[in-house]
Amino acid sequence: MSNISTISSTAFDVYAVRAEFPILSRTVHGDVPLVYLDNAATAQKPQCVIDSISRYYQCSNANVHRGGHALGAEATALYEDARATVASFLGAEPNEIIFTRGTTEGINLIAASWSQMVGDSLRGRNIVISGMEHHANIVPWQMVCERTGAELRVIDVRDDGTLDLNHARTIIDEATAFVSVVHVSNTLGVTNNVHEICSLARAVGARSLVDGAQAVVHHATDMRQIGCDFYVFSGHKLYGPTGIGVVYGRADVLAAMPPYQGGGAMISTVSFERSTYLDAPMRFEAGTPNMEGAIGLAEAIRWFKRLDPSAMREHEASLAKRMHADLYSIDGLRILGPRESHVGIVSFVIDGIHANDLGVLLDEQGVAIRVGHHCTMPLMKRFGVSSTARASTAAYTTSEDLDAFTTALFRAIKLLR
Amino acid sequence: MTIDQTIGDLQSEFASFPDWEERYSHIIAMGKGLAPYNEEFRNDEFKVKGCQSQVWLHPSISDGTIHFEADSDALIVKGLVALLMRVYNERTPSEILNAPADLVSRLGLDQHLSNNRTNGLASMLKQIKLYALVYSMTRVS
Repeated sequence: MSNISTISSTAFDVYAVRAEFPILSRTVHGDVPLVYLDNAATAQKPQCVIDSISRYYQCSNANVHRGGHALGAEATALYEDARATVASFLGAEPNEIIFTRGTTEGINLIAASWSQMVGDSLRGRNIVISGMEHHANIVPWQMVCERTGAELRVIDVRDDGTLDLNHARTIIDEATAFVSVVHVSNTLGVTNNVHEICSLARAVGARSLVDGAQAVVHHATDMRQIGCDFYVFSGHKLYGPTGIGVVYGRADVLAAMPPYQGGGAMISTVSFERSTYLDAPMRFEAGTPNMEGAIGLAEAIRWFKRLDPSAMREHEASLAKRMHADLYSIDGLRILGPRESHVGIVSFVIDGIHANDLGVLLDEQGVAIRVGHHCTMPLMKRFGVSSTARASTAAYTTSEDLDAFTTALFRAIKLLR
Repeated sequence: MTIDQTIGDLQSEFASFPDWEERYSHIIAMGKGLAPYNEEFRNDEFKVKGCQSQVWLHPSISDGTIHFEADSDALIVKGLVALLMRVYNERTPSEILNAPADLVSRLGLDQHLSNNRTNGLASMLKQIKLYALVYSMTRVS
């Protein structure tokens, strides 16, 4: 069952990383050690991120972009530095980075602003998503379709959990106006060839968005390489704070788009007759922004880069491999998605056992996983299940965590059979 | 046996388990022992709202006592359903309506079940009491 030797620790000291996360040493249900394997839902935060937020409030808090005092200037500089840090993380320019509340708000922002820009011309055209999208990348486009009369098309998911690119080539056609797909599935852990899908969109003159909520921790994310018009993600899955997210929008595309919300900080002039707006990204950031969120996210990105992302990815790939092997050895267990994955997100079902029961009994043993539909109900339907159990790793996950997980799983199954 | 006596029995049963494994074994065994649910009533009308798993509860009344049939697709929840059935099944509407409201905490279950599950239990309990209320009013009018 345990196979510690396969986990490389030459360039990457997982125990040193782990020591930076205070929450990981706590216990649950009294004295049961916590084994946190719900990282695809949200990652824990290293001490430096937590410190950056308190430091901001202790030393630098003031409203940004609003005026001429020392603290205001300092807070504005920190906030704009954060934007530059995110931009460099994505291989983009600072004016291509919009801060949002998270991935969901990011997709809604793009769907609302872009559809307002193209307006009635969407009737008779289509918007393409995939069969493995999170509800956040389904519902905003359904709303656009309902409002404009556009058709929603869905790229098929194959039995092995990968996208059917041939089907994508068929349904992305001259009438396609927008293509919006997930980079890494939050349910299956599968990585999609978003570069290829964005090329298909570009070839027919359609705009493209990539939902990078899960991908930013698992893959190098260079916007020019992916070739998308928009890329969105959340801070909290990247070891940063909650309530902060990012939209990358290609500068020339953003320049033509109307505001999403109106208010302070996004205007150039306001009169009762007419208001004029600032350029992107300010045009899309109405109101006082989440300043400590942006600053905390920038700290998380700096921390992440210091880790040596490629060594970390190797560590997580070996965890993923180990998790697949352990789970496949369990009688009656089925993994949804590809047999092999480099991403530590594994969804599974066990014959005759309800995922909720597994969740309860693992929790009792201190093991935190997610059970349910993972906000991907159409994907659940595609695989003929109503819910799955999902375990997901992070940079601080150790082989001991996986030992505890499999031991707990065996005990749960024994009780439930 | 009165509702109070049944709760007293359950209290001593649950107090006797040394660890979580035994406690859940017992809950699971209770679930497996639950009478089979009539498939005719496995529909939205009899589904209890507010539970994470699917729970069905069908009431009928004869000679002044309410007979419940209940089921869940998750085993632990089914065990909790069975526990409620031991307390509330085959009772008169007034017995159910006058029963103590703090069953969950009296059994110490609030310390062992997460909020989601105690909320689910509360939803089931609420539905049982609603049916009892409806039957009690039907009888009066």
